[in-house]
Amino acid sequence: MSTLLSPPDITQTSPGQFTLSGNWTTRAVGNVAQKLVIMNAVDASDVVIDASHLDKIDSVGVWILQRQLNMLRDKGKTIRLLGWPAHSQKLMDVVEQQISTPLLISAQQSLLEKLGRKAVAAWKDGFSLLSFIGESALALLRIAPYPLRWRWRMVLNNIQIAGFDALPIIGLTSFLLGIVIAYQGADQLRHYGANIFVVDLVGYSMLREFSPLITAIIIAGRSGSAYAAQIGTMVVTEEIDAMRTIGIEPIDLLVLPKIIALMVALPLLTFFSDITGVLGGMIMARSQLDINFHEFIVRFGSEVHLPTLLVGIGKAVIFAFVIAIIGCYQGFQTKGNADSVGRQTTRSVVQSIFIAIVLDALFSVVLSILDL
Amino acid sequence: MDTAIDQANVNIASAEASNVIEMRKVCTRFGDHIVHADLDLDVRRGEIFAIVGGSGSGKSTLLREMIMLHRPDSGTIKILDTDLGALTADEANKLRQRWGVMFQHGGLFGTLKVRDNIALPLREHTNLDETLINEIAAWKLTLSGLAPETGLQYPTELSGGMLKRASMARALALDPELLFLDEPTAGLDPSGASGIDTLVRTLHDLYQSTIVIITHDLDFLWQVTDRVAVLGEGKVVGVGSMEELSKMDHPNIREYFDGPRGRAAHEQAQLQKQDKSQNKEQPWTQK
Repeated sequence: MSTLLSPPDITQTSPGQFTLSGNWTTRAVGNVAQKLVIMNAVDASDVVIDASHLDKIDSVGVWILQRQLNMLRDKGKTIRLLGWPAHSQKLMDVVEQQISTPLLISAQQSLLEKLGRKAVAAWKDGFSLLSFIGESALALLRIAPYPLRWRWRMVLNNIQIAGFDALPIIGLTSFLLGIVIAYQGADQLRHYGANIFVVDLVGYSMLREFSPLITAIIIAGRSGSAYAAQIGTMVVTEEIDAMRTIGIEPIDLLVLPKIIALMVALPLLTFFSDITGVLGGMIMARSQLDINFHEFIVRFGSEVHLPTLLVGIGKAVIFAFVIAIIGCYQGFQTKGNADSVGRQTTRSVVQSIFIAIVLDALFSVVLSILDL
Repeated sequence: MDTAIDQANVNIASAEASNVIEMRKVCTRFGDHIVHADLDLDVRRGEIFAIVGGSGSGKSTLLREMIMLHRPDSGTIKILDTDLGALTADEANKLRQRWGVMFQHGGLFGTLKVRDNIALPLREHTNLDETLINEIAAWKLTLSGLAPETGLQYPTELSGGMLKRASMARALALDPELLFLDEPTAGLDPSGASGIDTLVRTLHDLYQSTIVIITHDLDFLWQVTDRVAVLGEGKVVGVGSMEELSKMDHPNIREYFDGPRGRAAHEQAQLQKQDKSQNKEQPWTQK
């Protein structure tokens, strides 16, 4: 193996003869193209390419050379090869056949076309989400009269994974959130001597807004993504198709248990989040505002009413439906490869959090109109 | 080899440096499971060499060791006169550019179009200009028997056979001295598989590179390979041309020849040998 390779070169030895020398291989041949320009000025109608001083040439070197020779051929010149070893000669022949094939370039889309395609895609996506919701609802109606076919085991298993196993993270997050709210409020309330109102602040904001929302966000990241990834992988490995051929509706088996389970688990988790959030606020109220636990609880009982709790829990039921349905829907939208599973999973999380927040805003408006 | 000139070239090449791959006393273990026990293997320059063996005989691991994806527990591996055991990262990278690998499932990057997949090694390791890189990538694609339009598609849009060809084109991007093919015909229909047969032959004629193949395909072994190594019990139990192997007695080798498939492939090979001399195919223009 020769380790010292001389750079590729081309010299004009007579008016119609060029001698190649050096190493014309892929990694060495890079800037020889500039040297080849000398061939453009050749006058003779017969051009001879002498390779007897050539160390080595590979397909890339041959390609670059043939590209130049092709221009000469277009000018009506004849090319003769001299002193080429047999296999390089063969390479020259194969490349010569190919070199004049024009390079295909993918069609560029104009801005307007891109915009149009995006809009159509978004429209179709929205439509297919709607039809997926419809299909799931029909499936639910179909199995509703037969409780034995509800796949209780899967529902319970899903409740455990999405609900029970999420208790620590939900508890901790809400506890910290309660602390933060009480702490931020404490400073303002102290100015007016309205310390006791921290109970209303923590109670209303946790029960109505923060608990349902933070629980939904965590569960969207934790379970919604898992649903999308699980179903997406099953699409890639053709398990969904197999299920259909065996005569099991994938929606019955994969979607309904998840929706039912999450609609049970998320309200319960929200309730748990209410408790730990208020507990966090209570501890902060004692250390910052000198309100002891007894005072806090008495005030909480007289000021915060059942509808407040129910509004939060009610929102959680809706959020659960959104998270489960979008997670499953995005899973089914997976096409082809593992790459697509990742993309759909991300999309499921972003979409379900976004829709949850939009719905939350709508609830605020509607509930204030209804005076609840 | 088809012509006398080619034969002469190979002889010259093999005279100056006979072995491209030299494995000595290679041992590999996964936990308690011994995959290779003092395995020795030589691959000569310019030959088409196949490694066969039942599932679990360690042929894939052997390939992974050759291409530096797995380090054996002991023993030495020399590839292109370089000892893999004592390489700096820089030397390893240089060496990697001298070989090309075609993976069983293609290993094409899903986020790149097929032509960009082939162009990637050229973009990374050469200073050629962009148009040239695209042209060369398009040519390598045609060379491996795919239509130019395929280059603008994404790997997920291709069929199994097309994926293998595209993967082969990428392996050829840097004009490797050594080409590794992992199961090039697995999962293909008979016509697709015989297309690969001729493709490998043609590329070998054109590039004069050494080709190392892992395969199960008996027809492929008879049609394409110069020499074959059979793995069994952690060692190479027999090396030679298919003709030579068919006369050996080792049970691991007999498995390959005595089954109905083994016989059929043998007969087929003998039949084709006769008309091959009359009828030479030009596979780079097919499909």
